[in-house]
Amino acid sequence: MIENDHDNNIVLRIRNLNKAFGDNKVLSDFNLELYKNQNIVVLGKSGSGKSVLIKCIIGLLKPDSGSIEIFNKNSLDLNTEELDKIRAKIGFLFQSNALYDSMTVRDNLEFPLRRHWINYSQDEIQKMVVQALTDVQLAHTIDMMPVELSGGMRKRIALARTLILKPEIILYDEPTTGLDPITGKEIINLMVEIKNKYNTASLIISHDIKCVKYASDNVIILLEGKCYASGKYEELILSKDEKVKQFFE
Amino acid sequence: MKNTSSINIFLKEVGDTSGFGWRFLTQWFRPRYEIKEFIKQCYIIGYKSLPLIGLTGFIMGLVLTMQLRPTMVDYGVESQIPAIVGIAIIREIGPVITALIFAGKIGSSIGAELGSMKVTEQIDAMEVSGTNPFKYLVVSRILATTFMLPILVILSDTISLYGAYLGVNIRNVTSFQLFWIQVFDSLSFNDVLPAFIKTYFFGFVVGLIGCYKGYNSNKGTEGVGKSANSAVVVSSVLIFIIDLLAVQITDLLGFN
Repeated sequence: MIENDHDNNIVLRIRNLNKAFGDNKVLSDFNLELYKNQNIVVLGKSGSGKSVLIKCIIGLLKPDSGSIEIFNKNSLDLNTEELDKIRAKIGFLFQSNALYDSMTVRDNLEFPLRRHWINYSQDEIQKMVVQALTDVQLAHTIDMMPVELSGGMRKRIALARTLILKPEIILYDEPTTGLDPITGKEIINLMVEIKNKYNTASLIISHDIKCVKYASDNVIILLEGKCYASGKYEELILSKDEKVKQFFE
Repeated sequence: MKNTSSINIFLKEVGDTSGFGWRFLTQWFRPRYEIKEFIKQCYIIGYKSLPLIGLTGFIMGLVLTMQLRPTMVDYGVESQIPAIVGIAIIREIGPVITALIFAGKIGSSIGAELGSMKVTEQIDAMEVSGTNPFKYLVVSRILATTFMLPILVILSDTISLYGAYLGVNIRNVTSFQLFWIQVFDSLSFNDVLPAFIKTYFFGFVVGLIGCYKGYNSNKGTEGVGKSANSAVVVSSVLIFIIDLLAVQITDLLGFN
């Protein structure tokens, strides 16, 4: 019974994931389990395969072997329509925000609502857009273009777009990169707030120690494509292992 | 060794572009139909190109007539200027010049827009949002260029002939009615149809190359510039190659 509960709480399970680009092996037998209402931070150096990992999870890259089970379904076996249904339950915050330059903030937020084959009325869409913008305290930017916003505001709008479909899993790709420390801290607080408010599970790719410290329930250190170490932040900072220590110095 | 490598790169590029074109041909008729985006692109690509196409068309007709006039006077066939200018514009100069200007304006803008979307992960974001970015971005744009260029060429040819009318009247007096009668008398179905059909291929090539270069852009902002530039260069060269093939085919079919 306890085993069953344990399994039911897993929203994402990665087993023996391998991915190489030519001779460059980026992920090598990588394993991970993400539970409901849990934030895992994957910590690694630049070029260690962190972004490749979440792009494999969302289906933007195809792994060479292994399995990625999302809500107990192997995403690698799904057709386009089934994958789209799974993607509707996953939010993805891109490192570059990936806001559509040619659209207003409103259109950016409406885009996923209109595209996922879910029928919402115009009133519902309007309410959801306003709610998502209110969650990130940027309701007043609704008719602005992304180019008119600061870096921090763009990150928040991207986060609002990620949240609009009420995802059960959120994948964050370097959420604080390129932001000043204060804005970075605001984004981290927002991530924690979202987890608490919506009970989401999050996989956060980062090399920002502040992000690890404040946003993680668990930390995975990705080294040479493998899960080198894992544990709570408080445990890992006390590690005597030189390779682990270098991340926290 | 360097030559072999260049040939390999060239052949790979030809293969990849053909594969991209084949992907378009196998996807454009399948649902989901991006009609709204297609109409939006028709507006941007067609309507917004009209002032430039119109201006260049007018100047083209006017200058062609003025350049042609002294030689025609020397041969004593000045009265044939409307007929000759009409044939030249409808059969060759109108479609080719309009397509080249179109490649410069639209090919580069598609290359830069998609290139910028690619390097800023907007295309990935679309895919994550339940959208097939190839259909949404590429199919809609290629269809828009394919259908808009022929319309722009008809308008450009017409404006060009107005320019030619002005050119004739700078040194001479020809009535508006006589000018147009001479133009239409000199033209036959065989002049208009092949010229019109080839503009669809010109439009297709401009859209295809612009989308291919932008969609496969990399190396950050430098890559975006290169995509825009090579979209114009490659599509311009292909316009001339298609023109060459078109004239051979129409000749074989007895349209000349």
